[in-house]
Amino acid sequence: MSAPGKRSWGARAVLLVPYLWLAAFFLVPFLIVLKISLSQTAIAQPPYTPLFDWSDGWAGLKAFFAALSADNYAMLGSDALYLVAYLKSIEVAAVSTALLLIIGYPMAYGMARAPRGLQPLLVMLVILPFWTSFLIRVYAWINILQRDGLLNDLLLRLHLVDAPVAWLASDTAIYIGVVYSYLPFMVLPLYATLEKMDEQLLEAAADLGCPRWKAFWQVTLPLSLPGVAAGALLCFIPITGEFVIPDLLGGSETQMIGQTLWTEFFSNKDWPVASAIAVALLGLLLVPILVYERLQQRTIEGGR
Amino acid sequence: MRRLSVFNVVAVALGLAFLYLPIVILVIYSFNASRLVTVWGGWSLHWYRALMSDRAMIDAAWTSLRIAALSASAATGLGTCAAVALTRFGSFRGRLVFSGMVYAPLVMPEVITGLSLLLLFVALGVDRGFWTITIAHTTLIMCFVTVIVQSRLVSFDRSLEEAAMDLGCPPLKTFLTVTLPLIWPAVAAGWMLAFSLSLDDLVIASFTTGPGATTLPIRIYSEVRLGVKPEINAVCTIMIAVVALITIVASLTTKRGALRRERAALGAQV
Repeated sequence: MSAPGKRSWGARAVLLVPYLWLAAFFLVPFLIVLKISLSQTAIAQPPYTPLFDWSDGWAGLKAFFAALSADNYAMLGSDALYLVAYLKSIEVAAVSTALLLIIGYPMAYGMARAPRGLQPLLVMLVILPFWTSFLIRVYAWINILQRDGLLNDLLLRLHLVDAPVAWLASDTAIYIGVVYSYLPFMVLPLYATLEKMDEQLLEAAADLGCPRWKAFWQVTLPLSLPGVAAGALLCFIPITGEFVIPDLLGGSETQMIGQTLWTEFFSNKDWPVASAIAVALLGLLLVPILVYERLQQRTIEGGR
Repeated sequence: MRRLSVFNVVAVALGLAFLYLPIVILVIYSFNASRLVTVWGGWSLHWYRALMSDRAMIDAAWTSLRIAALSASAATGLGTCAAVALTRFGSFRGRLVFSGMVYAPLVMPEVITGLSLLLLFVALGVDRGFWTITIAHTTLIMCFVTVIVQSRLVSFDRSLEEAAMDLGCPPLKTFLTVTLPLIWPAVAAGWMLAFSLSLDDLVIASFTTGPGATTLPIRIYSEVRLGVKPEINAVCTIMIAVVALITIVASLTTKRGALRRERAALGAQV
């Protein structure tokens, strides 16, 4: 609004208030998680040591740092349970993202090629489920997938199976739930790039005798890659830390890392280990998150 | 060039069917007279009546609505400020950190955000409950508001603002009389999205809640863990109806073109 340096107090407040809010409630909490991940579990309230005591001054600070240790991380590395959970999370996130691309791309493509007047309606239809509760959408699948649920009922009636299939508590159920919940996140960025594409490029390709599949492969697909990247990251990152879907639809034999964190925190009351899991998960996702932020900055701030 | 190909129609139709079928089934079965999911016992409002006498569920719904209204309003204020700062202030010190803090929560796994906020509240020695959930929700959803308002501000004709200021209008007045009326649909859309995100959240609320503050998702989750119940179908149907109503009202009240732009922006960035 005005040149830097001579901004009014009002303008400064516009920046400072949200800045300080996010610093206090988003950035500082991570430092606390980092600190507690280096602490020891204790039977106390709060359940960890050491606690930093301001009244001890310098000596207290020294004692505090001396008591921090990397034991929790050593445990994460040595106990197969955690490693399996991390690998499982990455596997689920990677496979789901691939499935989402396979299902979402044709859908986004079809939407972008639909008559202009129909497109706002189609976009709204894809967004609407995103506004309804995540929990409800996962729960809806329990109705369908449970042992005496509608899917088994249908399959039995059609004589496709002889006995009810156990759909719930399996990886299949997790994949169905994840793909279902995250489909709008994949379709919308893809649609946004496909819709902006200049169709004259395809006409030119056709005029020059390029078959349609080849034009798709050599023109449409490369041009839609930013949308593919945005959609894939928008799905992959949160799916890796997903809790609700594997908890309600998945089996008990293998856990995803979000469930492990939840169990350590709520059932075992082991806050330091839960914090260490969170830090390790964040480390795993740091590169995808930074790439996503870069993309985001370019799409919004780089002008359109 | 723009002709309907069978492939495109089938892809969109199948995709939408996949998105809507489970919800439609859930709504239909909330009116089922039978307690069993697979047995259709005729239409009935039995489960809705049962719900009306479920004190705990109604209290939870009331808590959720209050938290959602408060945090959506706070988040809209904060998010609009953040969007103005990001689009109108050019480069300022700490800009990279700021935009990083705005975009990261959009994809951050909820278990991490929830855990870190809880540990903050414990470190501060705050009693957990209604207000800690409200603060936690505000923090998360203000980032969604920022993105929506920001995309509107970017695509907006700045010469109007410049004209007002050249004629001696102070910045605050310019914002209130020129900018705000023009970005209003985006601000309203941001508030509504924020409201429904807060109403929806289970994970962050579970971490930051305390005694006496049970939100609707926390309540539904604890019931769902015990199995499918027709009452839950009824609660879910009511929630879906509320959200659908909000969306329809939004489409009727805001200008169509403006709303479409917000949706496309949401599609591009959320």
